[in-house]
Amino acid sequence: MSQAATAAVAVEGRNLVKAFGQGNAAVRALDDVSVTIAKGEFFTLLGPSGCGKTTLLRLIAGFESPTSGEILLDGRDITALPPNRRPVNTVFQSYALFPHLTVAQNVAFGLQMLGKPKAEVSATVERMLALVKLEAFAARRTSQLSGGQQQRVALARALAPAPQVLLLDEPLSALDLKLRKEMQTELKRLQTETGITFVFVTHDQEEALTMSDRVAVMSAGQILQTGTPRQIYTRPANRFVASFIGETNFLTARISGGAAHLAGGVIPLPAGTADTASATLAIRPEHLRLAPPGTPGALTATVAHSVYFGTDSHLHLRLADGAELVARQQTSADGAAGPEPGAEVGVMIAEGAVQVLQE
Amino acid sequence: MTRTAEQQQKAATTRRNWALSAPALLVLALFASGPLLIVLVYSFLRPGSYSGVEWEFTTEAWQGIFLTRDIFDGTLGWADAHLSIFWRSVKLSLTTTILTFAFGFPTAWFIATRPARARAFWLFLITIPFWTNLLIRTFAINEVIRNEGLMNTVLIKLGVIAEPIRVIYTDTAVLIGMTYVYLPLMVLPLFAAIDRFDMKLLEAGYDLYASRWQVLRRVVLPIVKPGIVAGSILVFVPSLGAYVTPRVLGGGKNMMIGNFIELQFGQGRNWPLGSALAMLLLLIVMVALLVYVRAATKGAPQGGH
Repeated sequence: MSQAATAAVAVEGRNLVKAFGQGNAAVRALDDVSVTIAKGEFFTLLGPSGCGKTTLLRLIAGFESPTSGEILLDGRDITALPPNRRPVNTVFQSYALFPHLTVAQNVAFGLQMLGKPKAEVSATVERMLALVKLEAFAARRTSQLSGGQQQRVALARALAPAPQVLLLDEPLSALDLKLRKEMQTELKRLQTETGITFVFVTHDQEEALTMSDRVAVMSAGQILQTGTPRQIYTRPANRFVASFIGETNFLTARISGGAAHLAGGVIPLPAGTADTASATLAIRPEHLRLAPPGTPGALTATVAHSVYFGTDSHLHLRLADGAELVARQQTSADGAAGPEPGAEVGVMIAEGAVQVLQE
Repeated sequence: MTRTAEQQQKAATTRRNWALSAPALLVLALFASGPLLIVLVYSFLRPGSYSGVEWEFTTEAWQGIFLTRDIFDGTLGWADAHLSIFWRSVKLSLTTTILTFAFGFPTAWFIATRPARARAFWLFLITIPFWTNLLIRTFAINEVIRNEGLMNTVLIKLGVIAEPIRVIYTDTAVLIGMTYVYLPLMVLPLFAAIDRFDMKLLEAGYDLYASRWQVLRRVVLPIVKPGIVAGSILVFVPSLGAYVTPRVLGGGKNMMIGNFIELQFGQGRNWPLGSALAMLLLLIVMVALLVYVRAATKGAPQGGH
C-alpha cells in the first residue's frame, strides 16, 4: 500500500509558496505546500480549478519559480534550473504539438535538443511510436491527427527523452468520454511499462481514483490530504475531501457516550469518540440500507423522492429535523420499485461507515 | 433541336458572363495592362529631340541600359554607372528588408504579447506615420541626421563628438530613411503571424531541452515564416523602386533605380531609356519574388488546421 515510505524519492517540494500579483492584491496560488513523490509512482494532484494543482506542476517543470521554498529532484535542488535543464518533461493540456513538424519530428525534438546521435534518435523515435501505437503515422502532420492520436504523440514526445519524471497537465480533459476511458488504461500501461514517475493533474476524481498509486487532494493552494485512492475515499481527512471525492451525506449530531444523537435516532460510534455538542458525520450513500420502519438500530426517515439510474437508485430521505440524506439502493433482480415518496422508512448504517470529521 | 437550344443557352450564358465581367476587365485594361503596355512600347522607340518619342522601332534603349558609347572614340563599353545604380538599389533594398526584420520582429512580438486593449494602442502607434505625407516624414529624418541637425547638435553639445558625423547624403542615410518608412509594412504581417502563434509551444520547446535561442530558431521562426515572407515582400518591392527617400536623403549622387528612371523623363529627356529601365525593374522584382517565395515555401507545412 504505502510504497512511498519505502521507495526512493523522485520529487520533493519543500514549503512551496507561489504568490501572483503584488502587495495586498497578491494571491497565493500555493500556500506552504510540501509534497514527496516516490520513484516509479503514479501520483495525482486532484482538486477543483484554481486550487493550485497546475501551479505546483509548473513549478516542478520550471515554467514558474516559487516565491519561496525549494524543489528537489532525486535529492538534488533544482529550484533555480530553467525547464530545459531539468530532466522532466510535460504533457500539456492542449498537447502543444509543433505544427510545422511531422509526428516523428515532434517525437525526435527533445532527443535532438539533447544532442543525441542520429541513429539513436531514429531508433528511440521508432520505439516510442510503437509504444503509443502510432508507427503508421510517423510522416503525418500533427494537424491531420484526431484528438486521441495527438494525445499519443504528445505522450511519445514527452517520454522519448526518458525523463526522470513525466508531468501530465489534465491531458485527458479534451477527449470524449469513451476515448478518455481508453487513454486512462493506456496511461497506466505506459507508466507500468516505462517505470517513469508520473505526476498527473486532474479535477476528475474518478480519473484520480482509478489510475493513481497515491492522490493529493488540493484546495485553495494547500494539500488537504495525501494517500492511496482507498485511503482518501474511505477515510477523508475533512469535509472538503469527503465532498469532493464521491458523494457524501453530512449530518450534524451531538456526540455523547460513544454514540451520535440525531433527529431520527442514535448511531453507535467507535469506542473512544470524544463527546461534543455538535459534530459533523460523513456517511457514503452506498453504506445506507433501507429497513422496515421501527427496526432496532435504524434511523427513522421519510422518503422525499427517488432518482432511478439503472444499476441503482438514489433515495433522498428526510429526518425529523429536516436534515437530508441520500441512500443508494441497488436495483433488485426482479426490478421492483422502491418505496414511494412520503413513505416512512428505517435507515440502517453499515458498521464503521460513519466518519466523524474535524471541522 | 434540343442541341441547338442548348447551344443557344450556352452562348447566352457566355455573353452574360462577359457582360458582367466587362467593368472589371475595363478597369484592369485601363489602369493595369494599358499603362504597362504603353511603357513597353515606348521602350522600343527612339527618343524625341526635346522629350517624348519618335515612332520608329529600335532596341537602342534596351542596349543603352547595359552598354554605353564612348563619347570620344565611339566604341561600345559596359555602362558601369547604370549597373552600379542597379547594384546599389538591390543592395540597399535587401539591407532595408533585413533591418526592418531585425527591428520589426521584436516590435511585432512585443505588440502580439500585450493584452488585447494595449495591443490596439500599439498597433495604432505603428500605423500613425501612414497618415502623414511621406515627403514630410523624409524631411523630418533629414532634419534629425543632417550635419547641423538634431543628432549632431546634441552629440556635440554633450561633448561626445567634436565634428558632426556626416550621415546625410550617404547610403547610410538612405538606409535609415527606408528602414523607417517601411518598418510598419514589416511589423503588420509579422504581428498577424505572431498573434496566431500558440505561446504554449514556447513552453513545449523549452521543456524539451531547447535553449531560448533554439526555441526561437527551431519553433518560432519556422511557424511565423508566412509572416516573414509577406513582410519581406512588402518591404523589398517598394524599396527597390523607392524614389522620395533616396532623393531627399541620398542627395543627387546616391541614386537608386527610381531616381534614375525619373531622370530619364526629366533632364535626361530619354523616355525610351526610362521605359526600358522601368520594365527591367518590373522584371527584377518578379524574378526576385519567384526565387524568394520558392525558397521560403520549401518544406513549409501543408495546409492549416
